[in-house]
Amino acid sequence: MAQRAQPISKVLGHAVSLGVLGLIVATGVAVALRAEDGARIGAGDWAAIRFTVLQAGLSALLSVALAIPAARALARRQFPLKSLVITLLGAPFLLPVLVAAMGLIAVFGRTGLLSAVLSAFGLPPLQIYGFHGVVLAHVFFNLPLATRIILQGWLYIPAERFRLAQSLGFGPSDIARHVERPMLITVVPGALMVIFLICTTSFAVALVLGGGPKATTIELAIYQAFRFDFDLAKAALLGAIQVGICIVAVVLTRSFPVSDGMGAGLDRRLDIRPPRGWVFTTQDAGILTIVILFLLTPLAMIVLSGLQGIATLPPQVWWAALRSVGVALGSVVVTFALVLPLSFALSARSRLAELATSVPIALSPLVLGLGLFIMLNPYVDPRAVALPVTALVNALMSLPFVARILTPPVRALRSDYGRLSASLGITGLTWARLVAWPRLRAPLGFSAGLAAALSMGDLGVVVLFADGDSATLPLMLYRLLAAYRVDQAAGAALLLLALCLLLFWAFDRGGRANAAL
Amino acid sequence: MKTLSLIAAGVLATSTSVVAETPVLTIYTYDSFVSDWGPGPAVEAAFEETCGCDLQFVGAGDGASLLARVRLEGDRTDADVVLGLDTNQTVMAAETGLFAPAGTDLSGLNLPIAWQDETFVPFDWGYFAFVHNTDMDNAPTSFEQLIALPDDVKIVIQDPRSSTPGLGLLLWVQAAYGERAPQIWEGLAPHILTVTKGWSEAYGLFLEGEADMVLSYTTSPAYHLIAEEDASKTAAEFTEGHYMQIEVAGKVASTDVPDLADQFLAFMVSDAFQSIIPTTNWMYPVSVPESGLPAGFETLITPETALLIDPQMAQGARNMALEIWLSALSQ
Repeated sequence: MAQRAQPISKVLGHAVSLGVLGLIVATGVAVALRAEDGARIGAGDWAAIRFTVLQAGLSALLSVALAIPAARALARRQFPLKSLVITLLGAPFLLPVLVAAMGLIAVFGRTGLLSAVLSAFGLPPLQIYGFHGVVLAHVFFNLPLATRIILQGWLYIPAERFRLAQSLGFGPSDIARHVERPMLITVVPGALMVIFLICTTSFAVALVLGGGPKATTIELAIYQAFRFDFDLAKAALLGAIQVGICIVAVVLTRSFPVSDGMGAGLDRRLDIRPPRGWVFTTQDAGILTIVILFLLTPLAMIVLSGLQGIATLPPQVWWAALRSVGVALGSVVVTFALVLPLSFALSARSRLAELATSVPIALSPLVLGLGLFIMLNPYVDPRAVALPVTALVNALMSLPFVARILTPPVRALRSDYGRLSASLGITGLTWARLVAWPRLRAPLGFSAGLAAALSMGDLGVVVLFADGDSATLPLMLYRLLAAYRVDQAAGAALLLLALCLLLFWAFDRGGRANAAL
Repeated sequence: MKTLSLIAAGVLATSTSVVAETPVLTIYTYDSFVSDWGPGPAVEAAFEETCGCDLQFVGAGDGASLLARVRLEGDRTDADVVLGLDTNQTVMAAETGLFAPAGTDLSGLNLPIAWQDETFVPFDWGYFAFVHNTDMDNAPTSFEQLIALPDDVKIVIQDPRSSTPGLGLLLWVQAAYGERAPQIWEGLAPHILTVTKGWSEAYGLFLEGEADMVLSYTTSPAYHLIAEEDASKTAAEFTEGHYMQIEVAGKVASTDVPDLADQFLAFMVSDAFQSIIPTTNWMYPVSVPESGLPAGFETLITPETALLIDPQMAQGARNMALEIWLSALSQ
């Protein structure tokens, strides 16, 4: 590997890692220092920890198990509107949880679409509320992410590999063994870990679909500590436990073998010849149909229920939408400033950078928001910095995902083209333009889209900081609901869905203008 | 010369108005109060007409996090008044020492109970109730009747750890049944479709048709009737009585504008403020304005018994009630 090609970037990467980790530790310490008594962890908290780990583990396993065949089918099949379908499939991951949960309930609830179909056949309605409901919701949110991560792995296999396989007369099972499995081994552990970690911070959805206090997660226990008991020490301790689980997950993932890439290719357009035979065709068509129906029907319900309300939205909601777009764009800028040095450090297997890009997923949004509040409050009026702080926190939260998208291509860039570039004397801007940009353009666009959309949909810390004039669109949505205006809230949900997708689509498309997909 | 003196007078006038800064009254409240659809904007306009001040509302999350926010800021808080705590929190709030007695004249109050708190001033109130569609044919008239209904009659409630109405229900069962509360919760358990983080999610599920009844307020049907001309919602009247929520405001001890804060608290129980409450916060005013309640409120149920746990006992009661609730619903 050509570590010495960019020594500065590694130093920068470590500096950014330390900055991110320092901020996280500081917020936790700030919360703990404000505490009045020591913390005690009771039986209820242990139950919450157990439940959190169990549901997160199962959700991650199921999401990835479904994502592997779905990504393979997407990679090797061509069909009309494929690009649009891929964009839409990403939507559940980007949506605010409340909106997504409403869409899910409209399909799987007691009076949902499926129950209506069942009752037409004289069957009882579906029972979604319970442990399986939590897992269903988490698979709904995270299947898109798992599919995209794994699809990225497929697209990343050099076209030459498949050509070689074809000229050697490999069948689908040979390709699976020699080409696809090695790729999956490098991609799947990371995908499992990311989804596991996302599911550990779930709270509102786990509660509503879990059917009651049995579905208490650590984040809910933190809420209780802060709001019900005003026990800041316990809030900080539980936040630290959440981060501890994250670190264990990162360490476990590290023990898996990581292959050093698939070898360099000539950047040819990926053209996997789909295997012949009705078994494979049915298999691919079947999995794609299931995934598309599972992910898109709830979205369609959100669109349907919002159409009426969106026309009657008052101007304040549109202003809030504009503010949210601004925050999202700001968040993209901050994300890139952090993630570029980080992904170079990550590609050199920096443990520090790995920690800095993993811990934010498992951060309790409440502890982070509280910590920032406690730190800023003595110096500035929290209201004055509501929007910049929101942009920063959103950037921090999207860092793990964006870093995971960017690191494989950056690593390949260095391991496959580093020496060649060095021997040809291509450096600096020329290197960036001729070598880096063409290879990073698609993942950069994808990353920007993801960061923007995640920021757009996040309710996040703005609740702690906002006043009447700096409400974002998700906050407006909650306000409409709290004022009984359910139809307008459904309209705002549709607007939010549309803006998330539009931002994502615009960046992603800009990135892969001439790419394979 | 005349012109010159006019200009001089003008300059003088402008400069004095710059020097005499408009005093700012900062009020922390829950988010739905400051929202465009809540009472905030109208209250701000009405008070600023008379006070010669700038009233600034700060939304601090929902009702349950308001007190936590103020405690977090402690003595350094910018708040002059905190508006939106309820009687389950007043003792805890007073113990922080962050609030000063108000001294507001409360002789005009017409609450179902006698008001005794000297620190906090009530501004609106309501009864918790289960809201359902008028076409529900087996609407229960007590917790025990609800328990006796078939298991597929479902209610949706809020989590007491994150929601004020959720906590209200806990105290309701506690106040009505005391020692028998665990049995009541065990009986209710099969009827609970699910538990939500806040009021909005639960009410949304009910409107979607997921549950037959939702824990809300006796005043909720008034929104549908008045704002949407929809008479299809009503609240079930329970013979055990209904638990009350009384929302209060308090003057912050460290305020730099104590007179203005007092002025606001007095304004808060006057007609100008009280007449805004019913159709923006969808609660009862603590002092019925001269114009009376809005048309439509007369259709609401009026419980015979008002239940309220003595604020002094509320702290202990809520911890015990939470234990009971958690163990009954975690089986």
